[in-house]
Amino acid sequence: MKKSVLLPLALALVLTVAGCGNEPAAPTQESQSSVESTTESTVENSTESTVENSTEASSSEENQVTVMSYAEYIAAELQTEVTVETYVQAKQSWWQDKATVYTQNEDGAIFLYELPCSEEDYAKLVPGTKIRVTGYKSEWMGEVEIVDSSYEIIDGSFIATANDVTALLGTDELIAHQNEFVSFKGLTVEAIGQDADGNDVAFFYDWDGSGEDGKDLYFKASKDGVAYTFTVESYLCDKTTEVYAAVKNLQIGQTIDMEGFLYWYEGANPHITAVTVVE
Amino acid sequence: MRKNSKCLVLFLLLAALLSLTGCHGSRKKSEFVLPEAFDTSKQYEITFWAKNDTNKAQTDIYKKAISDFQAIYPNITVNLRLYTDYGKIYNDVITNIATNTTPNVCITYPDHIATYRTGDNVVIPLDQLMQDSKYGLGGSEVLFDSPTKEEIIAPFLSECMQDGQYYALPYMRSTEALYINKTYVEKLGYKIPDVLTWDFIWEVSEAALKKYADGTYIVNDQKVLIPFIYKSTDNMMIQILKQAGFGYSSPKGDVDLFHQDTKDLLTTISKHTGTGAFSTFKLSGYPANFLNAGQCIFAIDSTAGSTWMGCDAPLMDISEDALVDFVTEVRMIPQWDPKNPQMISQGPSLCLFNKEDSGEVLASWLFAQYLLSNDVQIAYAQTEGYVPVTSKAQNSTEYQDYLSRGGEDNSTYYSVKIQASKLLLENMDNTFVTPVFNGSTSLRDAAGSLIENTVKSTKRKATVDDAYFEKLFSETTTLYHLDERGENAVGKATLGKMPLPSVILLAVLGITWFFIGLYALNLALKQRNMGKNHN
Repeated sequence: MKKSVLLPLALALVLTVAGCGNEPAAPTQESQSSVESTTESTVENSTESTVENSTEASSSEENQVTVMSYAEYIAAELQTEVTVETYVQAKQSWWQDKATVYTQNEDGAIFLYELPCSEEDYAKLVPGTKIRVTGYKSEWMGEVEIVDSSYEIIDGSFIATANDVTALLGTDELIAHQNEFVSFKGLTVEAIGQDADGNDVAFFYDWDGSGEDGKDLYFKASKDGVAYTFTVESYLCDKTTEVYAAVKNLQIGQTIDMEGFLYWYEGANPHITAVTVVE
Repeated sequence: MRKNSKCLVLFLLLAALLSLTGCHGSRKKSEFVLPEAFDTSKQYEITFWAKNDTNKAQTDIYKKAISDFQAIYPNITVNLRLYTDYGKIYNDVITNIATNTTPNVCITYPDHIATYRTGDNVVIPLDQLMQDSKYGLGGSEVLFDSPTKEEIIAPFLSECMQDGQYYALPYMRSTEALYINKTYVEKLGYKIPDVLTWDFIWEVSEAALKKYADGTYIVNDQKVLIPFIYKSTDNMMIQILKQAGFGYSSPKGDVDLFHQDTKDLLTTISKHTGTGAFSTFKLSGYPANFLNAGQCIFAIDSTAGSTWMGCDAPLMDISEDALVDFVTEVRMIPQWDPKNPQMISQGPSLCLFNKEDSGEVLASWLFAQYLLSNDVQIAYAQTEGYVPVTSKAQNSTEYQDYLSRGGEDNSTYYSVKIQASKLLLENMDNTFVTPVFNGSTSLRDAAGSLIENTVKSTKRKATVDDAYFEKLFSETTTLYHLDERGENAVGKATLGKMPLPSVILLAVLGITWFFIGLYALNLALKQRNMGKNHN
C-alpha cells in the first residue's frame, strides 16, 4: 500500500518540476517576430526570391554563377540582380541577422547593406575575406549598394590600401570612388558650431550636437579654404576606438591626415576610421 | 521501516506542494503599492529613456526639464538616455526586462507596451497613481503645477488604455501631413483642393511624369523626379484601410489584413510605381530631401517632421545648391471620402516600469507627471509639428500666441511647422488609432511590408498579379508570425484544446491525490480499529 502511494507521489513530483521548467522566458512572440530565425545554411529574405546563404560554395554552384566585373557592376541598372566577387574591408554593423559591410576588390568598392548573416558567420567576415555576393543593385540617398543579397565565402584575400583622394574633394570626380577606402591629407580642423556657452567646438555628437557620448561624431576640416564634413560612424568605430578618442581631442586649427570609407549621403559623407594630427 | 515510509510520504507531499506553488510567480515582480507618503529625505536615482527626432532643441528641452524637476525635487536624480528611434527603445526594453534592468520612465508607443506587459507586473498600471489625491494628476502634494486627469485630451489619454487600465500617459501627439510643392501642382494646371483624394494625388503624379526628348522632366527641368513619396508605409496601408472601411484587425487581435481589398490597393500602388509616379522612404530616401530638391511634389511624413519640409525649412539635409525655390502647402493626408476624413493619431507616450522600491516608482511617476506640465509641453510642442496633450497647455496664452505667429520667421514660427500643428488641432476628432494587443506591432510591420515588397517587386519588373499577392500574403503571415496571433493575443482569446503533456500532468496529480486520500482513509480506519481493540 505504501509503495503504491510513494510511487505516484514521486512521479507527480518529477512531472510537476518538469512542467515548471517549460515556463517561457520574458521575451515574447513580438520580439521573436522582428528577428527572423536564421540558420547557417538558409535565410529567407525577399518575397520574390528565396535566398540561399550558404557559407560553403559547392563546385557545381561555382560553375553556374556568372560573376560580373566591377565595370559591369557599375554599368548595371538599379534594381537589377548582380553577382560580384569582392573582399571584406570593414564591418559596420550586425543587427537582427543582417550585416552591413564595406567591401572592395582591385577595381573598386561595393557597399553591402543588410547582408543576411548569422552572428556566427559575421565573425568569419574578417577584413580581407573574399566573398561572392548576389543581390540587387540599389541606391538610397545617393549611396549605391547591394541589398536583398546572399553571399558565400570563397578562397582569396585582399586588403585595400587607402587611395589619396584629397585633390578630388569638392569635384564631380570624387563619386567615382564611392565606398572606397580613401585618405585625406593635410586638412585643417574647423569649428563645426558652438556649444551652449557660444564657444566654437571642433566636433558634435550627431550632426547638430543633439547626441551624447557614444553617438556619431561630426567634424569639419578644410582644404584650400573650403570646409568639408566628416563623420565617425559609431557603428563602424564606436566610442572605445582610437579614432573616436582622437576626434574628441581635435583642436580647431590643427592639421590632420585621415583614412576612412567614402560613404555617400546626399553627397560625400566619409566615414573616418583613423585620424592623425600632423601639426 | 514503517516510520521511514511515513516520513517519506510526508516529505514527498510537502515537496509536491512546494513545487506546485513554485510553478507560478517564480519570476513575478511584486505588484506596485502606492506609498502613503513620498520620502523626500531619501535619495532616488531614476533613468529616463527618451526619443528625440535628431533635433537638438528637443534634447535641450529634455535636459532643461530634468534640471528644473531636480530643482523642485532635490532628492531625485534623473539620468537621461537618448534614442532617435522608437524601435531601438523597444528592443532595449525587451532585453532589459529579462535582466530586470528596465528604465524607470520610458518614451514608447502603446503597441510596445502591450508586449512589455506580457511580463508580470513589469509595467505600472497608472489608474491608482493618476487618481491619488496627494500624488496623482493635480494632486495636493505635487510640488509643481501638474494637469488634472480631465485636462489631458480625452482621445489621447484613451489611446493609453489597455484591458480597462491606463498603462501610459500621452506625451506628445502628431499625425501625418501631406506636404505639397504648390508651385509644381499649379504649373501642371491643377488647383489644390482643401481635402485631396487619393485619385487626385495619383492623377497629378502621373501628369508630372512628362519629359523632354532628352529625358528631363518638364515640370522640374531635372533628370530626377518621384512625384509622390510616402515615408511610413505601415501608416499608409493602415490609413487607407481605415478610410475605406476595409479590414485590418479586430480589437482583440484577429488579423484581417489579407483580403481582396488589400490586393486591389496594392495593385493600384504597383501601377503607379511602375510608371515612376510613386516610391517610399525605404526604397528611395527621405521625402523631405526630394521635396526640397524639387524632385517630389507630394511628400507624406509625420507632422513631427515638418521642420524639414519646404525650401525655407529650418532643418535641411541637402546642400544649398540642390535646393529649389517653391511654395509649400500643408494638407491632411489624401482621403477616400473627403466628407469623412480620417487620419492616424501617433506620437510618444510615457510608461513607468515597476521596481522593488515603491518610493522609486513614485519618484518616476512624479517625473512623468512633470513632463505633462505646461513648461515642458509647450516648449516641446514648438520643436516640431507636435501638439500638447493637455487642454491646459493647448489653451494657454503662451501656446495660442505661438500658433498665431506662424510665418514670422523660419525657425520658432516656421509657417509649415505651425500649419502642421494646426492640422492636428483642427482634426482631433478625425483621428484614430489601431487596436493594441500583444502582436499589434508585428501586424503594423506586416502592413507596411506589403507595400514595400510590392513596390520593390514592381521596380524589379516582377509580375505583380493575384498569384504574387497570394505568395506575398502567405510569406508575410509566416515572417511576422501572424498565424500564431490568436493564441498569444492579449484579450479574451480562446485557449483551445489543452496540450497532451498538461493533460497527463493533471491526470497524474489527480491519481496521486486519490491515493493520498485512500492512504489517509486506510490510516484512519486502522487507528479506529486499534482504538476499538484498546477498549
